[in-house]
Amino acid sequence: MNDILLMMVIPFIVACILLVVKNDRARGPISYIGAALIIATSIWVAWNYHGDPQTFEVSGESIDLLMFAIEAILGLVIIYLGIKHKKPIASVLGLVQLVMSVCFEFVFKEGIEVENGLYIDDLSIVMILIIGIIGSLICVYAVGYMRDFQEHHADEKDRRRWFFFLLFVFLSAMYGVVLSNNLVWMFFFWEITTLCSFALIGFTRTEEAVNNSFRQLILNLIGGIAFLAALILLADQEGFLALDRLLATPDALVADWLLVAVMLMALAGIVKSAQMPFHTWLLGAMVAPTPTSALLHSSTMVKAGVFMLLKLSPLLYGNIGGDMVMAVGGLTFLLASMAAISQSNAKRVLAYSTIANLGLIVACAGVGTPEAAWAGVMLMVFHAITKSLLFLCVGTAEHHIGSRNIEDMDGLFARMPKLALIMMLGIAAMFLVPFGMLISKWAALTAFVDTEEAMSVILVACIAFGSAVTGFYWTKWLGKLACVVRDAKDIEDTVRPQEWTVLGSLAALVVIVCLGYPLLSDWLVVPWMDIAFFPEHADLALMETNNLYLLLIMLVALVLIFVPFFGRSKTKEVPNYMSGVNIDDLSYTGSMGAPVNVTLRNWYMEDWFGEDRIRKVGEAVTAVVIVACIVLACGGWLR
Amino acid sequence: MSCTSKSPWILHYDASSCNGCDIEVLACLTPIYDAERFGVINTGDPKQADIFLITGAVNDQNKEVVRQLYDQMPEPKVVVAVGICACSGGIFRDCYNILGGADKVIPVDVYVPGCAARPESIIDGIVKGVAVLEEKRAKMEGEKRCSRSRGSRS
Amino acid sequence: MSNWTLLLFAVIFVALAPVAGCILAGIDRKISARMQGRQGPPVMQPLYDVRKLLAKERRTSNRVQDFYVACYLFWIVVTGAMFFAGMDLLLIVFTLTLGETFLVLAAYCSGSPFAQVGAQREIYVAMAYEPMILIMAVAYYLFTGGEDGGSFAVRDIAGFGDMAILPMLGIFLGFLFILTMKLRKSPFDLSMSHHAHQDIVRGVATEFSGRTYAMMEVSHWYENIMLLGMVALFFQNGEWTGVVIGAVVAVLAYILEIWIDNGFARMKWQTALKSGWIVSLVLGMGNIIALLVIA
Repeated sequence: MNDILLMMVIPFIVACILLVVKNDRARGPISYIGAALIIATSIWVAWNYHGDPQTFEVSGESIDLLMFAIEAILGLVIIYLGIKHKKPIASVLGLVQLVMSVCFEFVFKEGIEVENGLYIDDLSIVMILIIGIIGSLICVYAVGYMRDFQEHHADEKDRRRWFFFLLFVFLSAMYGVVLSNNLVWMFFFWEITTLCSFALIGFTRTEEAVNNSFRQLILNLIGGIAFLAALILLADQEGFLALDRLLATPDALVADWLLVAVMLMALAGIVKSAQMPFHTWLLGAMVAPTPTSALLHSSTMVKAGVFMLLKLSPLLYGNIGGDMVMAVGGLTFLLASMAAISQSNAKRVLAYSTIANLGLIVACAGVGTPEAAWAGVMLMVFHAITKSLLFLCVGTAEHHIGSRNIEDMDGLFARMPKLALIMMLGIAAMFLVPFGMLISKWAALTAFVDTEEAMSVILVACIAFGSAVTGFYWTKWLGKLACVVRDAKDIEDTVRPQEWTVLGSLAALVVIVCLGYPLLSDWLVVPWMDIAFFPEHADLALMETNNLYLLLIMLVALVLIFVPFFGRSKTKEVPNYMSGVNIDDLSYTGSMGAPVNVTLRNWYMEDWFGEDRIRKVGEAVTAVVIVACIVLACGGWLR
Repeated sequence: MSCTSKSPWILHYDASSCNGCDIEVLACLTPIYDAERFGVINTGDPKQADIFLITGAVNDQNKEVVRQLYDQMPEPKVVVAVGICACSGGIFRDCYNILGGADKVIPVDVYVPGCAARPESIIDGIVKGVAVLEEKRAKMEGEKRCSRSRGSRS
Repeated sequence: MSNWTLLLFAVIFVALAPVAGCILAGIDRKISARMQGRQGPPVMQPLYDVRKLLAKERRTSNRVQDFYVACYLFWIVVTGAMFFAGMDLLLIVFTLTLGETFLVLAAYCSGSPFAQVGAQREIYVAMAYEPMILIMAVAYYLFTGGEDGGSFAVRDIAGFGDMAILPMLGIFLGFLFILTMKLRKSPFDLSMSHHAHQDIVRGVATEFSGRTYAMMEVSHWYENIMLLGMVALFFQNGEWTGVVIGAVVAVLAYILEIWIDNGFARMKWQTALKSGWIVSLVLGMGNIIALLVIA
């Protein structure tokens, strides 16, 4: 147990050291050592506890009181900041939450003891590995990136200490979320992640950043209030606040009030995982420096949301809560994928793709069968690795070509060959066979069909149309990168070594985890499901092993096919056909004898898939679904 | 006959024709003449063409275009000049901007005279062109074989 | 059916599909010519074309392009082999997409304006037809479903015992509709038409010449045979009659496509997505609901 505590505390200690250390040169080694320690402890914990779920007796008035005090102070800070930046809604929500938590602490929570404060199971281990490995790799990347960032913003005050402090605190809080059995503690860490991302998004303190950070805060406060309401309901009605007791409620006994509590917690998860209608906060998060986006999108924050939903998944089987989660997830997948088509900003495309893929995971969680949850966990793992890789790639490209617009990445294959290859690998891993994302999507589709309910029709439609749309926006980006421009200047030398290390290791992880797909499933995911799901619907019809081996063969083939193309060839390289007289590949002599430049642009179909249009539809539909489901559930309870 | 002669794909370029010959070229594809029965395809892409069918005289404006189209066609390739303008400049040959026939810019293999050239004679010209194409292919293969045997000796 | 028989089918596909595909393409040109009142080229014309292309000088706009086209060919062959070996239909669809992606990359990487526009149209059309294909796979799964869930595997679908055509009539019609897009036939031949006299020259294939172009042609042969196999799958009942009926209907479907190709002018690009999605939604999803209700 001590090793788990140590694992949770190390990032916090590193964070505090980094907050104190002013010297930029020292920051690098401290971060590297910290990251190495975090990775080592997380692997150690995973190795020690996998297949061996247990809870730990940790409790104490003092811990509770300390957490409450911190929460109260942070609540006051929110109210103050809301007033200072003229964001009254934030202040009001902060106040509501503060009042609710005071009431909860002194009225409802009285006399409820949770003896087993911490737990660990295989799902937590999956999360620990994601947070520990990917999260700390992003921190390492940030060292090099932030140096460039400071150079680009030389006129501003150096606040990098604060930035690194937040990054590492974030990791600590995430560990807290995935390991707390005491729901009050989980809520505490939940709120810490909200505030950390608030501070990270607003890091640059430009007007846009401040606005976006407040949007994130407001939306997540709604989620936090829902969480708190669920806690009050649990404490008031049944008098327990332990996650394991909540999850041990057999589904036949999901009482009406309990269903409402579960739905409120699911709502908190939906907000955190940036599902429609709350998705705008994640789009706004891009204004922050790239490591922040990478962290928020891949290993932390949004993953806390889907973790919560996957955890609750067994309780969502075949009830209105499940329907709500499924509908929101499925629609978000479809609509966010569509919105991604109209975007040329690489980070925004990635953001929409994150929202869409999280939608798929959320939908999987809502189904409530182990088969679907399996697909959900797998999607989560692959998404974390691939998305962090892509974000960091875009960050590096941005610092070198001076733009995060996909149109400006035209011919990146010639200008930054290594980076383009890694990026292409990342994009391929997002939507092509034989990589993990697609395999998991495939499993998700199977799981949806297997439920054979009315909801499954909607989900099948969402996934069928959503996948087609996904293919479109990824392929056109891939094409831009693949374009070969003759005589392009290689501008790759100045990429910092930390960045290469991290990009290389993440790219390797993408491939390794794909190869280790069956192992990952057998060691971690299946054992978790055997325990987490109630035996009556725990008949596992997972993907045939034959297919998995076939995929491995395909992966090898994909690599081997390169071989004959190495070396010299007699093929003559000639310029393109341009219906006229070429000057080079991108210009020709026009009919008046003057040179005409060719510019090639991708297709965005703004009229059909415009962001605003999609957002309006999505927000309206999903909001109606959520409100209707919760009202129905409350009606059932009150009756 | 090898496959090269069974599938001559044509790139048709109108240098500065009065469109008389161009109409006749298209007439070759109509049901009456049906050049496709010989495997002829009128492609618009020099990279996939075997026979460069040029109509009209070459002028200052388009000599580069003609040259480039010719360059973009992969070997073996044949040029067929259709109509008297493409052969020699025809009635336009003395105009200030006309260079003359297509052979002023690129090597022409077959000349099809006429104003306008009749479809029969155009098809005839293509068939002649196919024979030249066949020769060139044989030569190309011979060269390849030579270079290969030279390579093995050294 | 034993695994060895299935493997044999895959091998037969790899060996014979180009022959059948080549003849099919020849018949296509012959019938098209006859529909236009012409005599048309010999049936083996596509073979002559490919052999000529192989004899041409090797040129390319860049070598990566040839690599991508080779990948395209490779994955199309793999897809077809997987289909005839009776593997998972979803996996087959996804592998087909992988192959398609390589073709699109080949077009993109040249940087040619025509090829790039073609490439974007190609993925646009793919967006129009893909939902239907996924829905088809799901419908088969529901069709074969029993107590312990259905199957996506082609061998289970083919050996199920009942023909899928009646319960999946909507899916079949929808599939015929998108087959026009998959075969790049006239109303939807946006990305590259069969003749290089269109707005964007030869579209995706503009920069392919000689051997590269030949590879693309051969992959089309493979792909067409596999698509006709998918048509025939609707009629499999586990006996030889199913195979015969399937083959006959597949050929008829192809003739229908030729007729559509010759009888319709190209439609506006908007029509492809709208009609593709409406057909998928109405015929495809409608049929899924019907299957669920039956179950």
